[in-house]
Amino acid sequence: MGGEVNVRSAIHFASAALLLAALSCGAAQLAVAADTPDPVADAKAFQKYFTQKFPKVKLQDFVNGPYSMNEDMHRQWEEKEQFPPYDFSLDLGKEMFSKPFKNGKSYADCFPNQGIGIRQNYPYFDEKEGKVVTLELALNRCREANGEAPFSYVKDEMAALTAYMAFTSRGKPFDIKIPNDPRALEAYQNGKRYFYTRRGQLNFSCASCHVQSPGERIRAEVLAPALGILNAMPIYRSEWGGMGTVSRRFITCNSQIRGVPLEPQSDEYRDLEYYLSYVSNGLPISGPGARP
Amino acid sequence: MSMIRKITRMNSALALACLLVIAGATSVLAASSEADFKTAYAAAEAANKQAASLRNQWTTTAAALAAAKKAADGGDFDQAVASSKEAEALARASIFQATSEKEAWKALEIR
Repeated sequence: MGGEVNVRSAIHFASAALLLAALSCGAAQLAVAADTPDPVADAKAFQKYFTQKFPKVKLQDFVNGPYSMNEDMHRQWEEKEQFPPYDFSLDLGKEMFSKPFKNGKSYADCFPNQGIGIRQNYPYFDEKEGKVVTLELALNRCREANGEAPFSYVKDEMAALTAYMAFTSRGKPFDIKIPNDPRALEAYQNGKRYFYTRRGQLNFSCASCHVQSPGERIRAEVLAPALGILNAMPIYRSEWGGMGTVSRRFITCNSQIRGVPLEPQSDEYRDLEYYLSYVSNGLPISGPGARP
Repeated sequence: MSMIRKITRMNSALALACLLVIAGATSVLAASSEADFKTAYAAAEAANKQAASLRNQWTTTAAALAAAKKAADGGDFDQAVASSKEAEALARASIFQATSEKEAWKALEIR
């Protein structure tokens, strides 16, 4: 009699253990599924978030940053665009782009379609290198491969070159690809993590301003939405009194929240640009832009 | 008799309290030495290096470290120690931030 009870208890115990094991496996699978990057779903959710938050703003208009958030500012911008403050940089970029290097080659030799109308495809994941390559990085690599010294990543010449290349791509939708390579997905995920990670003494992430508070004022500035924020790069900023590249934008954001910026074109910034560009896929290139 | 004992005990307690206060005040008033600064600065630098390995240094840590060095160069070791300790506290906070954000970032994600 006592033996039967023991056997029954053992069976009950084993069943309970099996059930628990099955449940925990299921939970683990769910957790894995939740953590597995899904860029397509991310981009859809990202664009939905902004279009729902600003139902009056057309999807394509998010590339105009703070000017899409505020009617008065939009009018100012329309007037400003008649005599754009970035024109000097665009002219310089065009001139630089067509001028051959000392070896006789030029930027056109380094890029598909001679570098015209290709901005929307950058950054891309280079499967040979196993890393993200941005337009700024590709330009400096082109220079170095042709025996020229690299430019500063943050302004002046680099901004001029990228301004010209963006101008030749105006209206073309961002078309960032994530190849079927686990390293590309990892780079994308690292960029996403960087975007949402709080840093600096002010404990801000990129998302604190550009997801949670676009359209709100931070001192005198109206914060831009993260959606389409890179489509307008490079930009002339009145605050800077000059042009700035994507690198300059990331570095400045980090310093403003009292974080020590990383070096321009560090892996983190390259991955961040990859993520932010990908989630704006479909929105047109509008650079070079002007911002307050 | 018992009253006298109580008073004596109270006096002893008071004397001890006074001694403790004086000892405390003396230690606060004691000037920091160059050695104190070096110890405090090394601890702050080590914490800031750890923050660098996590790619999460703060500009305010660097500013406090620079202020500590400037004070030490001017011979003001009290200020140098105070700034070093501030730098260490800031660096430790940045390490805490980087560590907690390893998972916490997901809470902000648009899904």
